Amino acid sequence: MSQKKIIKKHPLAIRWFHWINFPVLAIMIWSGLLIYWANDVYRLGWGNTTLLKFFPDSFNKALNLPYRLAEGMSFHFVFMWVFAINGLIYVLYLLFSKEYKLIFPNKRSLKEAWQVLLHDLHIKKGLPPQKKYNAAQRIAYTGIIIMGLGSLLTGLAIYKPVQFYWLCAGLGGYEWARAEHFILTILFTLFFIVHIVQVILAGWQNFAAMIQGFETKKIVPALETEEPQQEDTTENSASN
Amino acid sequence: MKTLEEKIVDTDKIRNKTIISFLFFLLFLAACIFAWKWLRSRPKDNEVYTPLRSVLNTNEGIFSSFISNDHLAKTYPASAADHHVRVNGDAGMGNDFDPAAWKLQVVRKPGDTLFISLDEIKALPKTTIIFNFKCIEGWSQVTHWAGVKFSDFINKYGLNEQSQMQYVGLNTPDKGYYVGIDTKSIMHPQTILCYEMNGEPLPLNQGAPLRLIIPVKYGIKHLKRIGTIFFSNQRPPDYWYERGYDYFSGL
Repeated sequence: MSQKKIIKKHPLAIRWFHWINFPVLAIMIWSGLLIYWANDVYRLGWGNTTLLKFFPDSFNKALNLPYRLAEGMSFHFVFMWVFAINGLIYVLYLLFSKEYKLIFPNKRSLKEAWQVLLHDLHIKKGLPPQKKYNAAQRIAYTGIIIMGLGSLLTGLAIYKPVQFYWLCAGLGGYEWARAEHFILTILFTLFFIVHIVQVILAGWQNFAAMIQGFETKKIVPALETEEPQQEDTTENSASN
Repeated sequence: MKTLEEKIVDTDKIRNKTIISFLFFLLFLAACIFAWKWLRSRPKDNEVYTPLRSVLNTNEGIFSSFISNDHLAKTYPASAADHHVRVNGDAGMGNDFDPAAWKLQVVRKPGDTLFISLDEIKALPKTTIIFNFKCIEGWSQVTHWAGVKFSDFINKYGLNEQSQMQYVGLNTPDKGYYVGIDTKSIMHPQTILCYEMNGEPLPLNQGAPLRLIIPVKYGIKHLKRIGTIFFSNQRPPDYWYERGYDYFSGL
């Protein structure tokens, strides 16, 4: 009977957190856009020069955003709970399962992330050895947790600026907190785009691991006998 | 140090695991789509799908427990106040209104209404508040107001028993605009019955002779041109609530 090696990558709990977060974050961003439209004052530019208006009319029209503030709020202030609770349990799970050791950056991560970046941009060949994630992924996935927390805190500050006046003041006041909340959303969207591209580049095995939990590998007898090996750079070592 | 667990497994078993995992995944996606469609097929309660409305009402219970007379909206010096005060909305502000003939009506109980003139209100201790007025649309503006603290007004007119009720309702004289406010918020020390803006008599388009300024709420609750005030244990009708907004709308 033929056999293969499986490498357990994502515990079941993490797969659940990941896939629950996907539609919930989509609803939060969509309903957030409905709310933002009612006072769409942000832009990239200086003085009278505007490089990019958030958002152009064509964008608003294409996504059917205008005049839906109340609807946006009704979704935003319901699904915020799902986003918060899912995120909280995820972080608790990382801490108690020690899974965080595979995700949080360590002291080598900054240097290694640079090497990963050069590799991904096809400037240099070769990657530093890695476990579950390479250094760039460690930084990105830890960053996204911090961003999630940031969205919750800036969101709470603009949702209840009087009751949580200390939070609102700490974030630079009401208007700054709103801008920060918006910037974080833009960053989430950019993360999402890069994430999708990387998942496509990394290939099927990597994607399937977020559903079934493991990757498979052909058994190469020569390698098997040489234990302990260095952590193998798996077939799809490119980051996702 | 934590490492990834590796195992040698029969390919048949791997294939079965893959099939089961992907079936569950498809089931999950289908459940998401089904839940979304179900949610959007629910009847609406004041323009909001009923499941969402009940969570919004639960949010009110959670966040109103944070309301405290010690939690104050940030205040500013008069020099920080904007003199181009935004006017947003004119519901209940019809032209057939005579400010000179106006009197505030306070319903103590059905059939027992107090009529109070502006001069009588101005005779009460004056409270000034300069704060960042927040519109539910997302903009805000530092503005300068003065009037009588709502809690002082309640005490002066012996309405303490009425103010034990859960809600206070306010209407414009033509009943074209109306709000309901939880008593805890309206008795907050920064809530005023306002007759001055930037040290001048309140302009007509800002709600003269008397409007509500309530910094713990979005602008939609700051009713202009108050005609009637009443008390209730049920939620009084609320103009924007009926149009799909949160009843509480507290900050």
